[in-house]
Amino acid sequence: MRAYTDKKDVQKKAYYTDRYWVAPQVPKSTVESDEVFAADLEAIKAKFDVIEAYIQVKQMVVMIKPEDNYGVLELLKDECDYTQLSEMSAIDWIADKGQLEVFYQLLSMNKRKRIRVKCFIDQEQAVESVNPLFRSADWAEREAYDMLGLKVNNHPFMKRILMPDDWEGHPLHKTYPLQGDEFAQWYEVDKIFGKEARDIIGPENRDPAMVDRYDTERFGRLGHEVPRGAEPKESKGPEPTTPLAYQEDDGVFMIEKFEEEKSVVIRDRDR
Amino acid sequence: MAQHQVNYMQDGGLPVALTSIDKLANWGRSNSLWALTYGLACCGIEMMASGASRYDFDRFGTIFRSSPRQADIMIVAGTLTKKHAEFIRRLYDQMTEPKWVISMGSCANTGGMFNTYATVQGVDRVIPVDLYLPGCAPRPETLQYAVMLLQKKIRSEKAIKSQKPKRLM
Repeated sequence: MRAYTDKKDVQKKAYYTDRYWVAPQVPKSTVESDEVFAADLEAIKAKFDVIEAYIQVKQMVVMIKPEDNYGVLELLKDECDYTQLSEMSAIDWIADKGQLEVFYQLLSMNKRKRIRVKCFIDQEQAVESVNPLFRSADWAEREAYDMLGLKVNNHPFMKRILMPDDWEGHPLHKTYPLQGDEFAQWYEVDKIFGKEARDIIGPENRDPAMVDRYDTERFGRLGHEVPRGAEPKESKGPEPTTPLAYQEDDGVFMIEKFEEEKSVVIRDRDR
Repeated sequence: MAQHQVNYMQDGGLPVALTSIDKLANWGRSNSLWALTYGLACCGIEMMASGASRYDFDRFGTIFRSSPRQADIMIVAGTLTKKHAEFIRRLYDQMTEPKWVISMGSCANTGGMFNTYATVQGVDRVIPVDLYLPGCAPRPETLQYAVMLLQKKIRSEKAIKSQKPKRLM
C-alpha cells in the first residue's frame, strides 16, 4: 500500500517530482570546439560575467547574471551580428530553486548560428525589457508575464496578453492546477452574475465521461428525442428507435412533409 | 404549361385557409429564423458550410445576420473561453425577444475535450440553451436537423401570450 500523505494543501506544492524517469541530457561539447562561438564568447566575457557556457545541438548556451541581460543582448546584436530574437520565454523552476529561468534565443543570419542566452531570476526580482533591441520581445515578455509571472522593467505596454486582464494567477506555473483554482472555476459566474449566483448555478461538471442516458435534462440522443425534462422511460432490452420527427404528424401549412420511406439516398457523388 | 386554377370546390367552395393566430405567428417565426453569425472555433466552419450553396440554409429561412439586434437565434458554434464568456452574455442580452439558442458541438455543450482552466464547461453556465447538438464537429446535416427540431419546438409554443423572458438567473 502507498504511504499516507497529507493532501490538504496539495495545490500549493509542485505536482512534478522526478520520482520515476528523468530524460537524459543531450551531450554537451566545449565552446572551444567551434571557433565562431569561441570568438562570440570571448566578446561576452570581456565585458560581462559568464557563469557557464557550452555547445548543445550545434547551439551555444550562455548562462549569465540576470542584471546583465540587456547588456549581453545589446553586445550580441551590435557587435556579434545576432540580429534576430527568435524566441524568449521563461521556465518554472520555483519548486527546485525558487527561481524562474529566462531564455533568449538569438539567430544570426550572416553567421548562420544560433545562441541561447539564459539566466536564473528570483520570483520577486525583475528583468530589464529587451524590447528596445528586439521588437519581437514585446509580446514574448507580455506572455512570459501572463503565463509565468515574470516581472519585466521598462516594458512599454505591460499587461496580460492571453488571459483576461482581471485574471488572478499565472497558469503555466507548475503548481497551477490544470482545471483551474477556485478563482478560475468560478470566473465567468462571478463576473457575469456575481458571487451570490454560485449557489444557483452550481459547480462545473469536470467529469467528461459522465453520461446518464435517462437524464433528459442534460442528455438527448438522436433517434430517441424526448422533450427536455420528460420522465425517463426505463426499459429492458433494446429500445425501439423513434423515426426522425422534425415535423408534426399532421404536417405544417405550406411546407412539404418529408417522408423518410420515400427519400432516396444518392450514392453517386459525381452525379 | 402551368395550370393557375383555383379549385373552388375545396374548403366549402371558398379560396381561404382557416388557421389560428398562434399557428400563423409561429409559422412565420419558425420559418424565418435569422441566425447570429457566431462561429467561435472549428464548428463555425461547419456552420458556414451549412449556409453555403451545397447545404443551403436559406431554404429553411435561416439567414445569417451580423447584428444581434436582427437575429432570432444564436448558434454557439465552438469553444467558449472564459475570457469570451462576458461577451456571449452581452450579445445574448442584445438580441430581441423571442430568441433561441442552439449549443453546437461538444465544446459548447460541456467544454468537450478542453477540460482546462480557460474553457467554460458548457455555455449553459452563461446563457439558457434550447437545443444541444452533439458532435465534434457536427456535420451541416446535423445542424439543419437541429434547426428543424427547433422549428418544431417553436411551433408548439404559445405565440400570442406575452413572451416570458428567458433568464438563466
